[in-house]
Amino acid sequence: MNILEAKNIDKFFHDPVEFQVLKNIAFDVKKGEFLTMIGKSGSGKSTLLYILSTMDTDYKGELFIDNKLVTGLSKDQLAELRNEKIGFVFQFHYLLPEFSCLRNVMIPALKLGKLSEKEIEERAYKKLEILGLEDQALKPASKLSGGQQQRVAIARALINDPLIIMGDEPTGNLDSKNTDIVFDIFQDLTRNYGQTIIAVTHDEDFAHKSDKIIEMKDGEILRK
Amino acid sequence: MNINTLIAKTYIVSNKKLTAVAVLGVLLGMSIYIFMNSMMVGFDKSSTSSLFKSTSHIRVYKDDEISKALITQNNNKSIIINPKVVPVNNTIINPNLVIETILKQKDVTVVTPQVNSNVFYNNGKSQISGLAVGIKPDEANLMYDIKSFMVEGDFEQLKSNPNGIVIGSGISEKMNLTVTDNINLTSSKGINRTFKVVGIFKTNNSITDKSKSYINLSASQQLLKQGNSYITDINVNITDPENAEVVAGKLSEITGYKAEGWKQANETLMATNKMRKMIITFVSLTILLVAGFGIYNILNMTVSQKINDIAILKAIGFKGKDVIRIFVTQAVTIGFMGVIGGVIIATILITILKRVYLGGDIGYFPIDYEPKKFVQGIVIGLVITFFAGYIPAKKAANVDPVDILRK
Repeated sequence: MNILEAKNIDKFFHDPVEFQVLKNIAFDVKKGEFLTMIGKSGSGKSTLLYILSTMDTDYKGELFIDNKLVTGLSKDQLAELRNEKIGFVFQFHYLLPEFSCLRNVMIPALKLGKLSEKEIEERAYKKLEILGLEDQALKPASKLSGGQQQRVAIARALINDPLIIMGDEPTGNLDSKNTDIVFDIFQDLTRNYGQTIIAVTHDEDFAHKSDKIIEMKDGEILRK
Repeated sequence: MNINTLIAKTYIVSNKKLTAVAVLGVLLGMSIYIFMNSMMVGFDKSSTSSLFKSTSHIRVYKDDEISKALITQNNNKSIIINPKVVPVNNTIINPNLVIETILKQKDVTVVTPQVNSNVFYNNGKSQISGLAVGIKPDEANLMYDIKSFMVEGDFEQLKSNPNGIVIGSGISEKMNLTVTDNINLTSSKGINRTFKVVGIFKTNNSITDKSKSYINLSASQQLLKQGNSYITDINVNITDPENAEVVAGKLSEITGYKAEGWKQANETLMATNKMRKMIITFVSLTILLVAGFGIYNILNMTVSQKINDIAILKAIGFKGKDVIRIFVTQAVTIGFMGVIGGVIIATILITILKRVYLGGDIGYFPIDYEPKKFVQGIVIGLVITFFAGYIPAKKAANVDPVDILRK
């Protein structure tokens, strides 16, 4: 079953000069797949990820998520879709420093508003437990170590049980030990929870352990 | 609690210093706005109330007439004219009928005739020039509340004593007169008459106190060698002094005499009031605006500081309007705190100033709690803080998360 499908995606940068970043990109992602995108700087892999994430809407071609066309939806519709179906992990954790870890994890679910605050809190605890952070839950996010913060960010990405988790260099800022931890978590999520993950990475080792690799060069897919 | 509100609250609480500075800005602006405007209303009230001690709302009198050409303008002939004031008597004809007619008008509360006579006060060798105002004591008291500024004697006695006179405190001091003393008046028509001082008043306006006296209407008519139908002025008070101009227009149509409202009669005073109003409004609004800029700046700073937060919130599904709500909530909360503080401070300031004694004509500082100005201040304060928050919030809502997160 295809969770995500990209058809003939082209993307241009207009500033300072017209430049085609992505050329005719087409691929699909199946449920439970752990997919990594690699390539040199400027190969367009991050640009592609932001298009897939629906945050960047300035492209040509078609994008399907959960078999629905999302190209052309309004910004607000896309925001709702991201809230419900996509979880994000970035190179930098981007936690809200004034909030406790637990709150940070809860925010997307509070935004979604499908469960009561109490239920959300329980769920958030469970997610933190999966990531081994239950004892850090009530600390302010800014007081945690880098590796811990990144794991909190992963818990936040998981809170709404998203269809896909997207990672932009999720291990880019971590040492090898923490990289291994994050990788193990991702692998565990795909194997045991059937979670679909798309991640952009520089890290060859990290990529080779994933199910599927898309290598990009100069805006084109070199190999799958 | 709604998640947007929760985030706004956290921003307010976690950055106490910034919040406090912004609140203080609004608080100062608000309190000064309410305070200054209440003061302005107080000034206006005190200046009109002191004015109404000697002036009625409307004065009806016979205006001087200018002579006109006897024939109308004709193209064939040249007409030589020499317009001048016609030397006719300035008395109102059949004053009782005119008074009755005026009394029938709605809004009219008091109508009283008055005859002013320029006189010399004589006592022994000393002589002071002044104005003897011929009045009907009861009606005049209703109109000017003369009893409220009597310092000696009894105004009531003027009614029973046709030779009674109530003099200003300045005259009494200069001529060394007290109640029951006699005083001699010489009018412009050369009539000499002796009056008995029945009372002394003090308005704290020294020129009035040194020259004015009240006598009975009939005595005044006698001083001017006139009969008892000689009335030069009819004074009219109405329910709302602000409508004086409109009612005056009506009265002049009905009676055929010139009717002049107090605003028209005191144009200099009105111009001064207007000027004061403009200055105070301008200054107080500017202060409020500056407070608004304070909030704007602080929220702008917050937006720049929180740009990463905004980006991630948008990435995880917050819409533009959610972001606007977060920052507007923050601004309006600051606004509310400032407004409440401002109202309290303004109330305290007014309470203190109300107790300051200035003396003279004014007495206590003329300021009072003006509910209208409080409401006005609160509304303007909230509107300004709303917009001061909305503009940076709009900016935050337009943040493109891709730009921030890709860095």
